[in-house]
Amino acid sequence: MSTETSTQGITTVLVANRGEIARRIMRTARAMGIGTVAVYSDADRTSPHVEEADLAVRLPGVSPGDTYLRSDLLLDAAARASADALHPGYGFLSESGDFARAVSQAGLIWVGPPADAIDAMGSKIGSKEIMRAAGVPTLPSLVVDGDELPSQDAVRGLGWPVLVKASAGGGGRGMRVVPNSGYLAEAVEGARREAAAAFGDGTVFLERYVADPRHIEVQVLADAYGETVALFERECSIQRRHQKIVEEAPSPAVSPELRRRLTEAAVAAARAVGYVNAGTVEFVVDRNGDPFFLEMNTRLQVEHPVTEAVTGLDLVRLQLLLAAGTPMPDEVRDAVAAGPRGHAIEARLYAEDPTRDWLPSTGRLYRFEVGSPGSAVRVDSGVQSGSVVSPHYDPMLAKVVAHAPTRTEASASLAGELARARIHGLVTNRDLLVRTLHHPAFVAGATDTGFLDRHGLDRLAAPLADEAAVSRHAAAAALAGQASRRGAARVQRTIPSGFRNNAFRPQQVTFDVGGRTLTVGYRFDRFGREPMSVEIDGEPLALDTVTVGAADVALTTGGVTRRYLVDRAGASTFVDGPDGSSTLVEQVRFPRPDERVSEGAALAPMPGTVVRVGVAKGERVTAGQVLVVLEAMKMEHAVHAGQAGTVVEVDVSEGDQVETGRLLAVVEADTARAETTGDQTAGHGDSR
Amino acid sequence: MPVLTTTIDPNSDVFRANQRALSEALAEVDEQLAAARAGGGERYVTRHKERGKLLARERIELLLDPDSAFLELGALAGWGTEYAVGASSVTGIGVVEGVECLISAHDPTVRGGAMNPYSFRKGARAADIARANRLPVVNLVESGGADLPAQAELFIPGGRAFRDLTRSSAAAVPTVALVFGNSTAGGAYVPGMSDYIVMIEQRSKVFLGGPPLVKMATGEESTDEELGGASMHARVSGLADYLAVDEVDAIRLGRQIVSRLNYRKRGPGPTEPADEPLHDPSELLGIASADPKVPFDPCEVLARVVDGSRFDEFKPLYGSSLVTGWASIHGYPVGILANHRGVLFSEESHKATQFIQLANQIDVPLVFLQNTTGYMVGKDYEQAGIIKHGAMMINAVSNSSVPHLTLNIGASYGAGNYGMCGRAYDPRFLFAWPNARSAVMGPAQLAGVLSIVNRQSAAARGVPFDEEADTTMRELVEAQIEAESLPLFLSARLYDDGIIDPRDTRTVLGVCLSVIDNQPIRGTRGYGVFRP
Repeated sequence: MSTETSTQGITTVLVANRGEIARRIMRTARAMGIGTVAVYSDADRTSPHVEEADLAVRLPGVSPGDTYLRSDLLLDAAARASADALHPGYGFLSESGDFARAVSQAGLIWVGPPADAIDAMGSKIGSKEIMRAAGVPTLPSLVVDGDELPSQDAVRGLGWPVLVKASAGGGGRGMRVVPNSGYLAEAVEGARREAAAAFGDGTVFLERYVADPRHIEVQVLADAYGETVALFERECSIQRRHQKIVEEAPSPAVSPELRRRLTEAAVAAARAVGYVNAGTVEFVVDRNGDPFFLEMNTRLQVEHPVTEAVTGLDLVRLQLLLAAGTPMPDEVRDAVAAGPRGHAIEARLYAEDPTRDWLPSTGRLYRFEVGSPGSAVRVDSGVQSGSVVSPHYDPMLAKVVAHAPTRTEASASLAGELARARIHGLVTNRDLLVRTLHHPAFVAGATDTGFLDRHGLDRLAAPLADEAAVSRHAAAAALAGQASRRGAARVQRTIPSGFRNNAFRPQQVTFDVGGRTLTVGYRFDRFGREPMSVEIDGEPLALDTVTVGAADVALTTGGVTRRYLVDRAGASTFVDGPDGSSTLVEQVRFPRPDERVSEGAALAPMPGTVVRVGVAKGERVTAGQVLVVLEAMKMEHAVHAGQAGTVVEVDVSEGDQVETGRLLAVVEADTARAETTGDQTAGHGDSR
Repeated sequence: MPVLTTTIDPNSDVFRANQRALSEALAEVDEQLAAARAGGGERYVTRHKERGKLLARERIELLLDPDSAFLELGALAGWGTEYAVGASSVTGIGVVEGVECLISAHDPTVRGGAMNPYSFRKGARAADIARANRLPVVNLVESGGADLPAQAELFIPGGRAFRDLTRSSAAAVPTVALVFGNSTAGGAYVPGMSDYIVMIEQRSKVFLGGPPLVKMATGEESTDEELGGASMHARVSGLADYLAVDEVDAIRLGRQIVSRLNYRKRGPGPTEPADEPLHDPSELLGIASADPKVPFDPCEVLARVVDGSRFDEFKPLYGSSLVTGWASIHGYPVGILANHRGVLFSEESHKATQFIQLANQIDVPLVFLQNTTGYMVGKDYEQAGIIKHGAMMINAVSNSSVPHLTLNIGASYGAGNYGMCGRAYDPRFLFAWPNARSAVMGPAQLAGVLSIVNRQSAAARGVPFDEEADTTMRELVEAQIEAESLPLFLSARLYDDGIIDPRDTRTVLGVCLSVIDNQPIRGTRGYGVFRP
């Protein structure tokens, strides 16, 4: 068969997705001369994926159920925009056999596997049976039928602990580890509820739990003519709550022998369901180095770029070619023959707070700059400076991929680029990623799914900026703020900053930063040229020289100059420097009396919907009692009473949409001067 | 444009000696400024803070726009008197919500913020500045009223304070009173006469007579809250326009009021580049003569004060004991008159007169750098009409209607003080360097004149002249005149607006020019009769 490739008829592809993957797919489509159609929810109206598409079609509404999950609207959009192909990306409808069928029936090319293959792999229970039949190693499991729990004996046969999983699940939703029989009923019930809410299917099953396995997956490609190849493995063991955050290719743990076993199993798995197009077969590898089939993802994987890096292939291009009926191109065979080249590592940047139970962070991303000039990292992002990250979708901001001759170089360069990134306005997992990539265990290749727990999330997620760095950041923020104010002064703009002919005290500004409150005092020399003293909470900061601008500040101490880039938005100042980044919130000089937050006020930790109000006005509560439950990002967050006392105010009712910082309830302490910490009084979200 | 060069050698003995002397003088001034800042001293400051109150200077710092300048005025009022230096108040010009305001705060740690005769003069001077420059007035009030033992000096002239407030208001210059504590009896009229009044819940007390006085006067039983509490005034009497919950809130409201004043500067604004001088202003400490008898080149001063050291000298070859010319400071164009070799002759008088007229023709403010021993005396000069010519210059200064700024950088003696726009000639601002002297004449001259007069008197009466007594007299007089011509002595009496560090000259003049710019500048076109 000719190796001449063509896209036979794909002239315009509708990308039924959003964010980085929509941009990623369109980038390749554009390069191939294929027209691009974006779809967008109302929340995504100004998103980059919409701006970059040739055509864009609105999906009215914001929730996924009203928009990206509406197959009728998507098909209608494809018809209106005269698309002849549809790429589903990942997530949303990408693994819906029904949707794949509907797309084909509408006369469009479905850029993905056949609907039957999707269905076969869509059921975790069914797929395992097929795999067992095909000789692919699997873990023992038990389906939970109806409301009946399986017998103790049957469960014991799997071996404790067991894992409860949603058959239709993914991304860790509906998943529970059960240590012993006492917790089984509760775990099954919880998993069912979550699965039903997330996937519309409450079926769950039990599986032997492999403690701290490596998560290794194999990229497969199959054409419509029976040729199936495996493009090596990816290791995705670094996970938080079953969500991958660092992925790499090749795996540091895979020997040529294991690679052969994995690829053979993966090809067999794909063949067993008549797979065509790109897919990923996931395995867990236990401590003995034995792989077990986990599931097959019948779509393009989030972490596909690491495979692209080590194979030099464009997987989206190959998806489009294979979907259009092109036989397996030679370049794929060449890549397989060549083996993985160098090492690639991907880090997923999420807008979430690892130190607060992965609380998603939403709002305006004032600045998003990743990848310094001349750096070779690949950045696949769905956002740009100025984007608003809404609470309706996945909080992943970008994937950053480094490719280098060795794993050590790749991890070092990725860590460096992440550390230098300027990300303003949202809390992210950046510092966690950098610390993970720098961690000796990671560098040694000792990765498994228990990595974060074992090495301590508290240490791994600690800010890159240490206490001394935060002090310097506060100084830089104060001085840059000063320059900005002087530059905008309506009168006496050229008069030296803070001039006093009878100096009483330094200029002062107080910031809240990373749970600390710092007051920066500074005094400029009489000519306003540079600060002659800078102090933090009254302690002088040893500085040789200081250069101050509104957007950058250089502090020299002990002969070493550190340059800080400073940016502001509202009350927030963002400082990026060689010693980490800080977001400093300037305390209001004159809080309005009606806006002063009283002690015992519980505020919404994130935007969301009030799903439950647990207390009524006048009710007595204990410290830690749930006041209000918010739902956001499909997770429930309880807001607790920071102190024992009486509920004096309940400001919301069920169904209310609330923004971050919205007052939910006020608890008046039993004693007038209750011992409280800021954290407690503010209340804090607790994901369930 | 002509740019000033310098011939100063910072390594010369003269420079170093001057620098040493100036530094010593500055240290003395700084010590007194520190005393003023310390208010009523540690005990009263601590007590004040323990009551949850902000100090007067803290209130001002909070009121000001962050990083803006505060030019304190009359900081050394009352120095060397029976009253505390600073005269129990803090006054200055600061920027609030982008508006230059005249701010005055009682210092309640000094005898409860009670007003003494120097407080009164300081306040009166502040009112003059506010009126002349059209500055909104913000009073931070907390005072026990008049320092009663001094009532004789205060009561009658003190009424002016209230008159000034309402005249300011009549001139559409807003007045704001933030009442932090007691403001009773006569003091009640400070808020009473203001356009806007902010009072603080549980803190402000404004009444004509307190409970004991009311009881004495009418027998009525009352509480101070009933008589003058903030809540009462906000809800019942209507004296308070805004009710604040605490001090910070009162300051917030004060800023809010100023932000809504719709205040626009009416001057022409800066028009020139405001680049820094080419020469180092720190060198001014070595340029100013330690010895008032040694004149120094004012161009060396200007080279460290004016924008880009650019100075277009006018009539450089005529009357060269007085330097005149055009420059700009912080972008504001100015005409400058600066004494060069101390003495003013007829030529200098003519030159000054013409120059002042020119500035009035083009509506440009004038800066006077005083370093003069006065008009020349002697037969030749009298016969050549030095009185007419000196009078001409004083006429020109007196009737000039462009704003004047005066700075005494060395000496200001005799009628030279008048011709060079001394205090009596109403410069908008007058400052002195710490080395400066001002008196009717030098101490030695004055003592010598007295001695000659005594000698002539003795001769006329035919009695022997007591040389020993004369020597003692001369020493005493010299010492007295020297003490009375020192800047601390003069500043204490509000004869200047403050002693400034020479290195701050450019900044202080810049702030003053910006302040002046709140008013339109209109030079006079008609003059009194000149005697050429």
